[in-house]
Amino acid sequence: MNSPVSLSWLLPQPANFRARVRSLQTAEAPDPSELRRLAAFDLDLTGLDALRKLVAAKRDWLVGSVGLTPFKLGIVSSHTVDYLAAALPGSALRHGLVLDVTIADYGQVAQQVLDPNSTFGQAKFDAVLIALDHISLGLNEPRFNAKDAEAAVESAIGYLSGLAEGVRNTLGVTCILQTLVPPTDPLFGNFDARFSGSVRAMISKFNDRLLAEVAAETDLVVDLASIAATVGLAIWNDARDWHKAKLPAAMDATPFYAEHLSRILGAARGKSSKCLVLDLDNTLWGGVIGDDGLEGIKLGQGSSTGEAFLAIQRYALTLRQRGIVLAVCSKNDESNARLPFNEHPEMLLKGDHIAVFVANWQDKANNIREIAATLNIGIDSLVFLDDNPVERGLVREVLPEVCVPEVTEDPADYPGILARAGYFEAVGISSEDLKRADYYQANAERISLKKIGNLEEYLASLEMVATISPFDSVGRVRIAQLINKSNQFNLTTRRYTESEVAHMESDPAKFCIQVRLVDRFGDNGMISVIIFDKGELDWRCDTWLMSCRVLGRRVEELVLAHVAEAARAAGASRLIGVYLPTKKNGMVAEHFGKLGFERIAESPDGATEWALDLASYKAPQLPLTIIVGKSEAVLETVPE
Amino acid sequence: MTREAAAERLIETMRDIFDENDLEYDDALTADDVEGWDSLSHVRFLIAVEKEFKFRFTSGEIDGLKNVGEALDIIVKRGQ
Repeated sequence: MNSPVSLSWLLPQPANFRARVRSLQTAEAPDPSELRRLAAFDLDLTGLDALRKLVAAKRDWLVGSVGLTPFKLGIVSSHTVDYLAAALPGSALRHGLVLDVTIADYGQVAQQVLDPNSTFGQAKFDAVLIALDHISLGLNEPRFNAKDAEAAVESAIGYLSGLAEGVRNTLGVTCILQTLVPPTDPLFGNFDARFSGSVRAMISKFNDRLLAEVAAETDLVVDLASIAATVGLAIWNDARDWHKAKLPAAMDATPFYAEHLSRILGAARGKSSKCLVLDLDNTLWGGVIGDDGLEGIKLGQGSSTGEAFLAIQRYALTLRQRGIVLAVCSKNDESNARLPFNEHPEMLLKGDHIAVFVANWQDKANNIREIAATLNIGIDSLVFLDDNPVERGLVREVLPEVCVPEVTEDPADYPGILARAGYFEAVGISSEDLKRADYYQANAERISLKKIGNLEEYLASLEMVATISPFDSVGRVRIAQLINKSNQFNLTTRRYTESEVAHMESDPAKFCIQVRLVDRFGDNGMISVIIFDKGELDWRCDTWLMSCRVLGRRVEELVLAHVAEAARAAGASRLIGVYLPTKKNGMVAEHFGKLGFERIAESPDGATEWALDLASYKAPQLPLTIIVGKSEAVLETVPE
Repeated sequence: MTREAAAERLIETMRDIFDENDLEYDDALTADDVEGWDSLSHVRFLIAVEKEFKFRFTSGEIDGLKNVGEALDIIVKRGQ
């Protein structure tokens, strides 16, 4: 049995862990794959501390060569967070971040977040976590009449709201809130739940109000109450560790806490996985379809094994509903592999639900690479579920970027393991999320259709309608998502939080547009985001990104025509393009050149600058209909 | 469990925690003698000992520890 505070979906920390960290740290040419393997263990505090030192020593390598994203986190708290802070950088490596943590001096919560001249006010964090406990909020003593109970909660909520506003407005950074963990032990017993003055009831009320009244849309919320409940309150709340060191949770629950906090930071930076790759035999059904046949495999009501596999399929379908793409990777003859999808009456997953179906006898690492290429997403956004430890081991070794949950022998555990591993952590849900899986399906159809016509005819046949609008609150979540997730078609890879995007909506010095695309196969949703800094003569490109789903559809040209027209109308004479190279955006190195810009500068790191003379630029004829949105609701057609 | 066997396991745990491969066991060893032993790693050390020897220090035991020898006494008495 695993300990309830272990990260049981990860492999246990090996005995030679410290030595491996040391050799990575001293290597002349350290191996990024080894770093990913080391971070993917279920590490104790000592292991995490070794990684913390590695992060401090190798920061430039992690950002520059491994391609991880830097993130500066500040923590204000009413208890000891030093251990959490020490465990965070190692945990955050799992979620694609190079984390830099600063903690405020004990008892300096309000001073730090309410004063723009404080250390925190000057620090330029990406986010600040407000970590309070129920004791500091005055909710640790029961109140014996309803009025006092309400007043106690009211005052706690008021205090937190003020701090949260300080983080958002005075510090001007993303605010991270936490729900309060309920006490393990009751005052009356069961009656605590019905008595508004019990500590349990007041905390429950506080948490409800925190979510409903305090948490702004752009805040992140760590649901610590649920995290603690997953572990078990009797284990999470540790009186000795509180008395000894004012620890908010049992000392050995710290890695679990740090993992969950890292997860939400990763999700906010678009690091969550996007696709679940499923094995078939003994993962989606019991038995081997090639040997046991349609009647022989175990699936469906009536046996506990059959129901367990059904539950896995149901969970995968739920993931698909919220926008996770499903793929299959199986060692099988394709006709055998497809048989249950087509003919087994109990199958919940149908062929239609699977965006890429790979069944052959080649090694799975190659096939997984193929799946990522077909979907046009990074290998690091895949999760691979397989019952076979040999296959898991191979994929971990060859493709350490892929998340491979360690599973038990019992398929009944699989959905819980996947859920607790948190690969698909999200900080919001957009209408695009809800439709995403269908996009990929439609895209697969488009790919097959493209083979039969020539490109011009094909594009014309798509009946594309593009809608270009300024940034607005309706598009905000999706804009921030694209800004943080797009790696390949992204000229500058500048990341902005939701609150920064909100500020840009009304910034007169910026020209910000979002582009949506509908075609006869359906709505592609928002597919491009562009930000230009308006200068008097030159408009300079800050951000230009596009979803790879719509590559080769001439959307870039449409966007340029639109920006050029706006710049010209404002009296500008040139557009300046900027390309900042990363490990992933090589495909757009010549983007501006292809659009007719002249290269005007190149720096040693490969960054290039380009200029387009607006006087001589002429917009091309495009196979798209354009709608220009003026505001959130009113759309108007621009005559061609 | 003999005191010698426990001392061997204890020092191995300490080498790991304080990141010092050359550490040798001595009853009189204290935080002052070990470079990586500060108030933060001290708590990690206690947790690691609890995990290795499968028992839990009481609050009183934690407060009273003066050197490694005293920790070993408790380990021999209550650990596995």
